[in-house]
Amino acid sequence: MALSFMEGNEAVARGAMAAGCSFFAGYPITPATTVFANMLKMLPPRGGVCVQGEDEIASMGYCIGASMAGKKALTATSGPGLSLYSEQISFAVGSEIPLVIVDVQRLGPSTGSATRGADSDIQFMRWGNTGGVPVIVLVPKDALDCYLLTVHAFNYAEEFRCPVFIASNKEIGMTKESVDLDAVTLPPLVARKPYRGDAYVPFEAGPESAPDFLPIGGRDLVRQTSSTHGPDGYITIDPGVIEANQERLQNKILAAEERITLYEENHRPGADTLVISYGVTSRAVDDACAHLEKKGRPVSSLTLKTLWPVPETLLLKAAKSYRRIVVVEMNLGQYVGEIQRVLCGKKIDFYGQMDGILIKPGKIMEVIENE
Amino acid sequence: MSSFLNERRPPVFCPGCTHDRITKELDRALEIMGLPADKTVIVSDIGCSGLFDTFFNVHALHGLHGRALTYAQGLKLANPELNVIVTMGDGGLGIGGAHVLAACRKNMDVTLIVLNNFNFGMTGGQYSSTTPTAAVVGSEFLNHAEIPIDICAVAESAGATYISRCSGHDAKLAETFVEAMGHKGFSLVETFGMCTGRYTKRNPLTPKVIDEMIAAMPRNNGPVEKNKRAEYGEVYRQLALEKKRFPEPVTIEKLIDPAAPKREEIVILGSAGMRIVTAGDIVCYAGMTAGMNVSMKNDYNITVLRGQSVSEILISPEKIGYAGIQAPTVVVAISDEGVQRRRSMFATLSPETFVIKEKSVAIPETPARVFEVDFKESKVKRHDWALASLGLLAKEGKGFTFEMLSHAVHARFNEKVAGIAMETVEKMYRS
Repeated sequence: MALSFMEGNEAVARGAMAAGCSFFAGYPITPATTVFANMLKMLPPRGGVCVQGEDEIASMGYCIGASMAGKKALTATSGPGLSLYSEQISFAVGSEIPLVIVDVQRLGPSTGSATRGADSDIQFMRWGNTGGVPVIVLVPKDALDCYLLTVHAFNYAEEFRCPVFIASNKEIGMTKESVDLDAVTLPPLVARKPYRGDAYVPFEAGPESAPDFLPIGGRDLVRQTSSTHGPDGYITIDPGVIEANQERLQNKILAAEERITLYEENHRPGADTLVISYGVTSRAVDDACAHLEKKGRPVSSLTLKTLWPVPETLLLKAAKSYRRIVVVEMNLGQYVGEIQRVLCGKKIDFYGQMDGILIKPGKIMEVIENE
Repeated sequence: MSSFLNERRPPVFCPGCTHDRITKELDRALEIMGLPADKTVIVSDIGCSGLFDTFFNVHALHGLHGRALTYAQGLKLANPELNVIVTMGDGGLGIGGAHVLAACRKNMDVTLIVLNNFNFGMTGGQYSSTTPTAAVVGSEFLNHAEIPIDICAVAESAGATYISRCSGHDAKLAETFVEAMGHKGFSLVETFGMCTGRYTKRNPLTPKVIDEMIAAMPRNNGPVEKNKRAEYGEVYRQLALEKKRFPEPVTIEKLIDPAAPKREEIVILGSAGMRIVTAGDIVCYAGMTAGMNVSMKNDYNITVLRGQSVSEILISPEKIGYAGIQAPTVVVAISDEGVQRRRSMFATLSPETFVIKEKSVAIPETPARVFEVDFKESKVKRHDWALASLGLLAKEGKGFTFEMLSHAVHARFNEKVAGIAMETVEKMYRS
């Protein structure tokens, strides 16, 4: 067995290449920059395009253009860049433009700390578009996840015709670690579903699905717009058409919730407590639970790898037999509200920390033990 | 040739609006050029110019205010066969100014038509980046405190390779569009026009006045000789072609079966220039040659050439969970800056922790076992102190063996550099 040695950002780039990504546009920002640096090394030899936008807004615009031309496009940024992406994210969400956006989160708000990690943007990714349409957010806990989840992200982007976020974190993105790439089985790649008929209507789709795709530049003329549109891609003010489209944008994601749900769980016999976490924090949770088990206090754990859409079915099922839920987050409490909403009536304890350092296993044990 | 106009979507501009004429002239230009509709895309901005894409039977992309050029360039990079035309008003010009500058500098083969009618027509006639200072507009007095932008002058200084300014009523407008679209590289055509709904009601503007305005301005009507250069996409593709080698992941074979593999937490406290990250890499490689899992977190100053450089490394036979340092087994203290950064750690070290301290470095009181080394006396250069420390660690049997270290050094460096590095390592190992 030979292990590879790489940081999470490199693993994202390798995942993107494995997923068939052929276009990257981005703007330098710590701690996301090395995703760009890696794509710049990997795309040219494979015939892809990698450019540096004049700013984040432009980078997203380039990706939108490239995606509409039929390419699998990737961009990467951190919180301050995500703020600038926001208008273009709304465009991609509302106009069903496939994209993968890696947010290597750093401590916020605002410029925050460039070299300090935190899961700062968990709610921002979800609600950073005008209109409140659901998005897909995947969250890796280590470099191997960065590789695997990036492939899933491209698949979801293609299938649901939407931007998909990878909620990485400086503590994964810029930490180098040994990775057994051979041990991971990548999912089969999903291609954008091309329209096969002879009268293309750009946004015609079933009530819970994304429209078939044809590229700008192909034989059939394609209309794309950031404005509220009907199936034909022209601006509309027809309330019925608008309502149907809004519902479809919502339903195409929510109806697939269970299929989009990625997670790891470790149910320990005799445990009455379930710790729910995500991202790099889950690694400390794993250590804490293993240690408690050795001490004769079994505690179960659930690691979420899909944060949005909220994996409600999984949460209900996983939490069912537990008396107490503990939620740990590397922020002041962004996702615990979703868990409280879904698991209402359960006893839910929360620990959050956002001070630029990782949450230690010892702290998590303390939270679990000091009920 | 037949018209490209979309009969189902006739232009809907206010009576007398110059946009109406520009629509027809653009159609005539497309006819003259005989461009294939399926290889042509109109990318429009926000405002009245944002309606343009709907009037034509070509591919259409209508995006956000000021961002049209970003989509246009993404399309062109992804599909160089496309004829990409962007329509933008003076509003888009203002809000997306940085993109216009970047497009001029890049010189991608895209044609930008700026439909300048001196105000924000769609939102009520507010002033824009091109509104004359004395004009009466919907922003009350605010435009009287600013001056309008001359986008042709700006584009020229930003490196545009084709610039033309003309009246939207010019009899030769279609020919100008043909020339601009035929230009290989970024072309900018600024048209002056009348917004009859908002602007001309309060400001005397007629085709004749527009002609006089243009005549009074610096002349721009064609290729800009001094900015002439190759098209961006062609340059990019040529440069990218030279990049043939795909960077495969760094992979370290397991070569050694360690007798009693155990978890190590190693902290190297140094400064910029001491090759701390490289030393960290080597420690990780050493662990991996024994089939161990490793993780490395680095902490260095954003100014790079000064300040601390700290590397925190975990080596473990088990999968690594929490990637922070909890109970260091080894600390290498080779600069005061690095020590300061982890000052509070020293009091918490266990008596079993092995600390290497360079003679010149001061460390706080610690219960750990401290081994002092005088690298200066050993004639090891400061930028090799981290590497030399690894030789000492192997000698003491801390963290990794000499064999693991040797494999790691050879995996990390080319043969020549590895040879030199091993001299430093062995010097300390045998000391």
